[in-house]
Amino acid sequence: MAAAKGGFTTICCMPNTNPVVDNEILVEYIKMKAEREAVVNVLPIGSITKGQKGEELSNIGLMAQAGICAISEDGKSVENAGLLKKAMKYASMFNLPVFSHCEDMSLVGGGVMNAGEMAQRIGMKGISADSEEVIVARDIILARSTGVKLHICHISTEGSVQLIREAKLRGEKVTAEVCPHHFSLTDEAVEGYDANTKMNPPLRAKKDVESIKKALKDNIIEIIATDHAPHHIDEKNCEYDKAAFGIVGLETALALGITHLVEEDIISPLELIEKMSTNPAKLLGIDKGSLEVGKVADITIVDPNEEYLIDANSFVSKSKNTPFNGHKVKGKVKYTIVAGKIVVDNGELMD
Amino acid sequence: MLENKDLLGIKNLSPFEILSIIHTAEKMKLRINNKKLRENTLENYNMVTLFYENSTRTKMSFTMAGKYTGARVTDLGVATSSVNKGESLVDTGVTLDQMGFDIMVIRHSMTGTANLLARNVNASVINAGDGINEHPTQALLDLFTIYEKKKNFKDLKVAIIGDIAHSRVARSNIFGLKKLGAEVVVCGPATLIDKNIECLGAKVTTDLKEALKDADVVMGLRIQLERQKGGLFPDLREYSQIFGVNKDLMKYAKEDAILLHPGPVNRGVELSTDIIDGEQSLINEQVKNGVAVRMAIIDLLIERRKKDEVTNTKWSASESFIQDRWEKRYTG
Ligand SMILES: [Zn+2]
Repeated sequence: MAAAKGGFTTICCMPNTNPVVDNEILVEYIKMKAEREAVVNVLPIGSITKGQKGEELSNIGLMAQAGICAISEDGKSVENAGLLKKAMKYASMFNLPVFSHCEDMSLVGGGVMNAGEMAQRIGMKGISADSEEVIVARDIILARSTGVKLHICHISTEGSVQLIREAKLRGEKVTAEVCPHHFSLTDEAVEGYDANTKMNPPLRAKKDVESIKKALKDNIIEIIATDHAPHHIDEKNCEYDKAAFGIVGLETALALGITHLVEEDIISPLELIEKMSTNPAKLLGIDKGSLEVGKVADITIVDPNEEYLIDANSFVSKSKNTPFNGHKVKGKVKYTIVAGKIVVDNGELMD
Repeated sequence: MLENKDLLGIKNLSPFEILSIIHTAEKMKLRINNKKLRENTLENYNMVTLFYENSTRTKMSFTMAGKYTGARVTDLGVATSSVNKGESLVDTGVTLDQMGFDIMVIRHSMTGTANLLARNVNASVINAGDGINEHPTQALLDLFTIYEKKKNFKDLKVAIIGDIAHSRVARSNIFGLKKLGAEVVVCGPATLIDKNIECLGAKVTTDLKEALKDADVVMGLRIQLERQKGGLFPDLREYSQIFGVNKDLMKYAKEDAILLHPGPVNRGVELSTDIIDGEQSLINEQVKNGVAVRMAIIDLLIERRKKDEVTNTKWSASESFIQDRWEKRYTG
């Protein structure tokens, strides 16, 4: 429902749930539940290893037959490079892309925000950029040697952008995505110790945000995704170190894209549409993301000029964990149509 | 006079506020030294200490400071209270607030916890150390001790030696010393200093002699054994040979240099015994000054509250706090 309100007609759900989606039965269950309850299309993603324990491969083949659109260990990286390489080889047999969450835990240490000047000013343990970049580099190299379609999730640093830029120049099959908060906010937002600013990867420094914007412009990053992670207020109104990582993003993504990318002339409105619909559809190999006669009528209608303040209390999502409450934005979803059926009408969710 | 309801860090204090705390501490110190001067000016006020991280020294210092001013001091006994049964920090704070405490002193292993508490209670919160962030009362007692000997901070060279990366004492001192015009050099193994600390205005070196050269103040920091297990240095023997300060090394500092340490000292590791007990050492004086500075802070915070009681201002910590955050958040 939050997805529909935010103008999304299809969403992918990551496998790092309880239980972890690592076999075909759970995939069938998600599809069934989605069909019965969801107002938008839901595409499950399977885990790479059983229970995301990093020990043995999930039932990748059976899950592929049950209809997953990709495999991912989201929430962490597969630590064992040998095992990941085997998973990549195996997944390419089913033409499944691998979605990489890039994070080397030994480099993260106990960090809770971006390592840098801001962390130093407010006395917090930092998460260094290299903890993301070493895995981006590793996964690019392994994708090259296995030939799998690699998609790097939620990149956040200048170094990651560079690595992906270089891989693309070499003509490798790698795509990349960024979350709206990583081009809208810097680590300065953490200053008041509000745990709504705690996410993984963390909000980065200004130079990272600049280079991500440039990469969006150059189409080095071709996808914008949300990394939607709802959390209860009790998991956020507590000690920053203890608070959960994560941010809700579905209901703010489009407006942040319009406000921080289109209005700032980083990309055109058409390019934003590509990054939020055409390109993701292409990556997933689904016949969507274009407006043509004969295609499924999954359509979102937006008023790009409507200005308003984001109000977390008006979210459909039960969780309000966003650092954007009170943030002034432009662009409102007016209608969301899924398979010809209007699910959001004049900005309001239909029953 | 203090600007805010809480004392959360040195970062947010003005030089004027720091000096007014120091000057008040001078008067308070007389009360400790002379029984005839003791008076229970704050006898109708209540203070509670919440130590989520053990520190007998600091807790005792706050307790004595409270008692010298006449305030009623209670310790929550975190280890034995409902906190152990999983009560959240915010809930604990709100409960104590309802009981009418005027001052809450909090020590916690996580950064930002004093701010979190302050945001949720009407009481005045004193940060007694949060994570690797700040330990303002320790820095203020260090500043007071320096002030007593040097009378001025302008152009003093202060060398801070040890585990800088994990030290809230070092950070609070850097904030304070820079505000008062001193020069700060931090020194320790490269694995125990984050180069970014230069953004706070401190100079960084791994050369101990360079750090000590012509210093007016030498401050040793306690080295924690856990850091060795974390792979940050090989062992204490190597640490003390490369970064330990002894009598010969003290000669690089100015002749009238003073030696400080927040205690408790690992004798023979960060400092050698002869200098700990030597003439330049003010380590014992620091303990007394700690009580005086904490008395000053309690007194000034209560004075601030009295004023608000007269004007009937109800503290609403969260509103204004959150408001001004939004402005900054927007990278626009
Ligand atoms: Zn992730």
